[in-house]
Amino acid sequence: MDFSLTSEQQALKDSVRRFCEREYAFEARRGLLRSDEGFSRGNWATFAELGWLGAGLPEALGGYGGGAVENALILEELGRALALEPFLPCAVGAAQAIAAAATGEARESLLAAIVSGETLAVLAHAEAGARGGADEHVETRAERTSAGWRLTGAKAFVLGGPAADVLLVSARTSGGPRDREGVSLFQVRPDLGGVTRRSYLAVDGRRVADFTFDGVELAAEALLGHAGQAIEPIELALDHTLVGLCAEALGAMEAALWMTRDYLRTRRQFGVTLNTFQALQHRMADMLVETELARSMLYRALAALEATDPAERRSGVSAAKAQIGEAGYFVGGHAVQLHGGVGVTEEYAVGHFFKRLTLVRGLGGPTDVHLARFARLSRRPGRNSSGASLAAE
Amino acid sequence: MDFKLDPADETFQREVRAFIAENLPEDLARRGRQGYHSHPPDVRRWTKILNARGWAAFHWPAEHGGVDWSPLRRYLFDCELRAAGAPLLQQTGFELVGPVLYTFGSEAQKTRHLPAIRDGDEFWCQGFSEPNAGSDLASLKTRAVRDGDHYVVSGQKTWTSEGHKADWMFALVRTDADAKPQAGISFLLIDMKTPGVTVRPIYTIDEGLSVNEVFFDDVRVPAGNLVGEENRGWSYAKFLLTNERAMSAETPHTRADLEQLKALAEDETRNGRPIADDPLFAAKLARFEADLMALEYAVLRVLHMAEDDPALGSVASVLKLRGAELRQRVADLAVEALGDHGLALYPDMEGGNRMDPEAPAPPAPAHAAGWLAKAMFRRATTIYGGANEIQRNIIARSVLGL
Repeated sequence: MDFSLTSEQQALKDSVRRFCEREYAFEARRGLLRSDEGFSRGNWATFAELGWLGAGLPEALGGYGGGAVENALILEELGRALALEPFLPCAVGAAQAIAAAATGEARESLLAAIVSGETLAVLAHAEAGARGGADEHVETRAERTSAGWRLTGAKAFVLGGPAADVLLVSARTSGGPRDREGVSLFQVRPDLGGVTRRSYLAVDGRRVADFTFDGVELAAEALLGHAGQAIEPIELALDHTLVGLCAEALGAMEAALWMTRDYLRTRRQFGVTLNTFQALQHRMADMLVETELARSMLYRALAALEATDPAERRSGVSAAKAQIGEAGYFVGGHAVQLHGGVGVTEEYAVGHFFKRLTLVRGLGGPTDVHLARFARLSRRPGRNSSGASLAAE
Repeated sequence: MDFKLDPADETFQREVRAFIAENLPEDLARRGRQGYHSHPPDVRRWTKILNARGWAAFHWPAEHGGVDWSPLRRYLFDCELRAAGAPLLQQTGFELVGPVLYTFGSEAQKTRHLPAIRDGDEFWCQGFSEPNAGSDLASLKTRAVRDGDHYVVSGQKTWTSEGHKADWMFALVRTDADAKPQAGISFLLIDMKTPGVTVRPIYTIDEGLSVNEVFFDDVRVPAGNLVGEENRGWSYAKFLLTNERAMSAETPHTRADLEQLKALAEDETRNGRPIADDPLFAAKLARFEADLMALEYAVLRVLHMAEDDPALGSVASVLKLRGAELRQRVADLAVEALGDHGLALYPDMEGGNRMDPEAPAPPAPAHAAGWLAKAMFRRATTIYGGANEIQRNIIARSVLGL
């Protein structure tokens, strides 16, 4: 075991942090929030140029040889700056889905287009009917036609959806709405006839979209990989996304923590600075505890991603999502509280951290969903275990 | 970053597991899992078994009869001991006074005490806290006055864990009443059989006995029992308290408790179904396990960080605080899972640590034994060793700079 970064990893992290310090001053970020797309295409080109969009992909797949750790390092820094570019849904979610589900030339060309920044792809999987619950809940259907496939259904709350030029849409090619068998993955251009995109803002100002597919005609090659076999690759991509989300949360938590510490050391009331009040000191100590444990849990989640047994992987990732989601909300919420009135204003940074951490807690399934999944996957056999062996009578 | 255990450490883990499986007597494991306060004969038997293998003083360097294991291996070893339900080795001897003796003690002290600790023949208690010196330890008042080749000790210690079973006490005593509080303290070894030493039991809310008051009435202690230099005791005590920082989270113990609890949750029923099926209970259990996983990884981080890593202080500061909370929560959850059985006083039938040895056993399954007592006694985990409020003060001051 080794929890230190290699020199390459440290250089990557430093370079993302320097970029964010330069480009993500609070006022510059506010400007981006109000821009047409809600993020900077110039920044996106820089991400590609600096190799960040391929940092988490192996060289064999056209990446730069890293993995989930590299993505986490990038996302921690992007989270610290509350960056707005759709790195998580594209460079993590879509890239991992393609890497796991697609094959041959389609996989190669799609990943190359993501890594170069030429294509902004996102995974459009979750549906309103699932509400963050079972990942196999897919009602969207694709029927075979003479030319290929006809896609009908809807996808909800797709982060990065408004700017995407390729959607990776999961659709049922057989089975019922909650069967694990029969889920397939298609690449869909959002400008095709029958695709409706409804774009709106998430709580943290990032752009999301709902999509409806009304008999969209797809070519046969739109199917990625094998028909009906996509649920496991999709779950892998979702797990990578959840861990990335946890990394983003950690960066935001650390920023909110230290910003609040600085505020307490400067703000004066009753003739003294606020840091002299023990009630506030203890609140901050609890925030630090949650932040350090979130970092520890992020490493635990990165370890889980390496598990070869999908149940072990999912179990560890869900535990991390529940733990870090709640920890982030705790830290963000108390950061606002300790700032007092200014904390609830749009003009001050701390509230924006709270909004990002609110999104993290709910995105990809709220805490209850992940606790339930973790509980199910981590159950032990009962009788004949150590507890029962005590029952000698 | 690399999250996999080294193959050599994995081999070590298997070797330890196999040794424990072959050598831990079943009656010791049964009593160990019940979690009552330790029984000296059990501890002695198990210490001797480990010592015969060379593994009793596993925290110590080889030159003092230890094994030179890395912090990670010590932790892995501890995990295996806890998972198997082995009796707790005496922490006072192995983790607290032992390292002080081999670091600062005289040759005579090392020869006299280290082998006896290793072989389980000498039990120690810690004489630090006093009625008016708890969290504010430096205000302690027990005095030691030099008289020829002896110190004459008078005063009182309290919260003395296992004082009633101990052969020796390592105590902080005031040898200079005029110096600043921390500067006038010495570190003294006191034979508990010395005339003038009186031990009075303090029964705790689990109705068990582990802590005591110890009174010193002009107790004559040979000057050769002073460790290191006079008036330098505070620095030895600080050394002792930071020595096994990663262990302060007690995660191996809590993990072992959790595994027992999870088995229990399959066996105990609510509405005719395993309580593990109850979504509200399952969610609490899952939340608890997630919190424990985070702390386990915090411990692993600390074990792998260099002493001069600037990030060490921050992560290490959370271990005792959260570890103490989790020790309470796991017992609380077990009490809840046990239903009525979790609310019944279940006396320690074998150990003789009970306030009322004649108390009747309730008609509860044997796996209920010990949990209520744990839940009661563990209210102390957030108080002893620096109360959680003190831990928060430390974090605020030394990590956050508030």
